[in-house]
Amino acid sequence: MGTEMIKMTYRDACREAMRDAMHRDSRVFLMGEDVGMYGGCFAVSRGLLDEFGPERIRDTPLSEGGFVGIGIGAAMNGMRPIVEIMTVNFSLLALDQILNNAATLMHMSGGQFNVPVVIRMATGGGRQLAAQHSHSLEGWYAHIPGIKIVAPGTIEDARGMLLSAIEDPDPVLVFEATALYNMEGEIPADSGAVPLEGARVLREGEDISLVSYGSSIPKTLEAAAALEADGIDAEVLDLRSLRPLDNDAILDTVRKTHRVVIVDEGWKSGSLSAEITARIVEGAFYELDAPVARVCTAEVPIPYARHLEEAALPSVERIVSTVREALGTNG
Amino acid sequence: MITTPLVPATGLDREHAHHLMRQMLLVRRFEEKCVELYSATKIRGFLHLYIGQEAVAVGVMQSLLPRDSIVATYREHGHALARGMSARSIMAEMFGKLEGCSRGRGGSMHLFDAETNFYGGNAIVGGGIPLAGGIAMADRMLNRDAVTACFFGEGAMAEGEFHETMNLAELWRLPVIFCCENNMYAMGTALWRSESETNLAVKTAAYEMPSWSVNGMDVLAVEDAVRRAMTLVRSNGPCFIEFQTYRFRAHSMYDPELYREKAEVEEWKEQCPIDTFRTRLYEADLLTDDELQAMEQSVAEEIEDSIAFAEAGTLEPVEELERFVYSEKQS
Ligand SMILES: Cc1ncc(C[n+]2csc(CCOP(=O)(O)OP(=O)(O)O)c2C)c(N)n1
Repeated sequence: MGTEMIKMTYRDACREAMRDAMHRDSRVFLMGEDVGMYGGCFAVSRGLLDEFGPERIRDTPLSEGGFVGIGIGAAMNGMRPIVEIMTVNFSLLALDQILNNAATLMHMSGGQFNVPVVIRMATGGGRQLAAQHSHSLEGWYAHIPGIKIVAPGTIEDARGMLLSAIEDPDPVLVFEATALYNMEGEIPADSGAVPLEGARVLREGEDISLVSYGSSIPKTLEAAAALEADGIDAEVLDLRSLRPLDNDAILDTVRKTHRVVIVDEGWKSGSLSAEITARIVEGAFYELDAPVARVCTAEVPIPYARHLEEAALPSVERIVSTVREALGTNG
Repeated sequence: MITTPLVPATGLDREHAHHLMRQMLLVRRFEEKCVELYSATKIRGFLHLYIGQEAVAVGVMQSLLPRDSIVATYREHGHALARGMSARSIMAEMFGKLEGCSRGRGGSMHLFDAETNFYGGNAIVGGGIPLAGGIAMADRMLNRDAVTACFFGEGAMAEGEFHETMNLAELWRLPVIFCCENNMYAMGTALWRSESETNLAVKTAAYEMPSWSVNGMDVLAVEDAVRRAMTLVRSNGPCFIEFQTYRFRAHSMYDPELYREKAEVEEWKEQCPIDTFRTRLYEADLLTDDELQAMEQSVAEEIEDSIAFAEAGTLEPVEELERFVYSEKQS
């Protein structure tokens, strides 16, 4: 008996998770700028206001520091808030609350106060929105102990990880890839919560490992398919969770293929890709047959002009050529 | 709706009246053209139109001198044009061309021009407000007799950066005119749904700052108010003006406009700043049909010329992607 499959977009998946959680748990509510009447800046919450009313789908003024802090306070005192920040660049107005409160309260209070808040935001470039709307700062947030960071790169994870995030007793930041909202696919109708921890091999391969997450997942899979045509068998590891990182899965794939390319839309310097590289060097240095290589965003604020933005961001072509270099098959 | 009577045009200098009219027309027609060019995918990214609000930027700029400075938001084409930046440089910017005012790196939301002290297009709501305070502070410390006009929407008044800057500006007597363009909505959020005190001038008066409201649909009222503000700022310190206005179009290029009634939009259109000014000029014998037609003609030519310029523009070579992250000249 085959599982029934349903068609949905990444956007629908995010909405369905919230909907599901709100039906099951009356403590869950959504709060953020234009989540209600406007339907969400990326239409993720469209329709939810009609279904749950303005108490639970709460529009806020433009006050990121204020309403993120209020979400944290409500979480400490018995509610299960989902706070939406339109995009990661605006989350910086709430960085104080995220870092100095959400991430520390559990520890500072000696374990007395946990903070079961979910903070969702859109991340990444590719839509010519220039340098104040396009950055990928999730790797940067992954620096901070006390919060969990997830970055779903598939439709199933967009739903399943958000469900788990809402049930988690600690603060979880969910990074939804702007570029993936319209991605459509089929997922099992009964697919539910998936663990917040643990990477997943999306494609088995023998020759090289492509370690990636979030908006880079479809590009990485496309690159792997292109390489296959040339007889190169690439494995694709989707990190899914950026904090904690799944060390074992990273080291396992290195031990299997002995070559690694990391694909990350963040910048290289002081980054998540640097952290992964360090862990490989620490844990599997002698397994490597080639230096670790990285495909990241150029070290520049994202430019508006299309050709410059394209040149700045990781691309299928850049992944393919980096793989060839790592395998010594270029030219 | 605004019920304040319009300032009569009688006694207005004919040439000046024509100047105001032409500037408003230029902004309106420029924006209308942008819509077409967006549909033709010549312009990309977000595109926030100024249609309906023309009287504010045009009215404010009349009192500003070349040494004065401007800080604006992502809805800033009108401010840039009214400040005297060329339609060519703005259009080329939106085409992502090297000849654009920000070399194609900023786009519609990030117009900059050192020549006219136009400090940007800021796309973080409230983000430009502290900058305006700092620009004014530098003018003061360098003994320049200059004023900074800081534009923002009423939505920005919920942000902490706004309140912190208001306090500092008054405390330090910084020469800033805080120009709030209250177009009644922040994306889909109506003023009354975001502010506990909807009388904005009452709110800012708590900072001991001279504060008042003006009909932002009347270019003559705006002009008068800013003339008065300039004197005040030069002799005393900052002031706050709420310009009551309305955007006739969606927040950005498209939105489903679920948050307001069509009838409301139509009602506001009856207060169109261009139509009501034209009527007053006709009545005061300050404008003829022929003159208006000639004006439309020259505006159309200026815009066509800007498009031709943008089309003929060049793309910055990709090799230059990583330029302008740091200064190229050591000062
Ligand atoms: C800090 C921040 N939060 C959210 C946004 C998304 N956003 C862009 S414009 C806007 C509405 C702002 O309204 P208002 O300040 O009244 O200006 P208007 O657009 O009406 O000119 C919002 C929510 C942003 N750009 N920056």
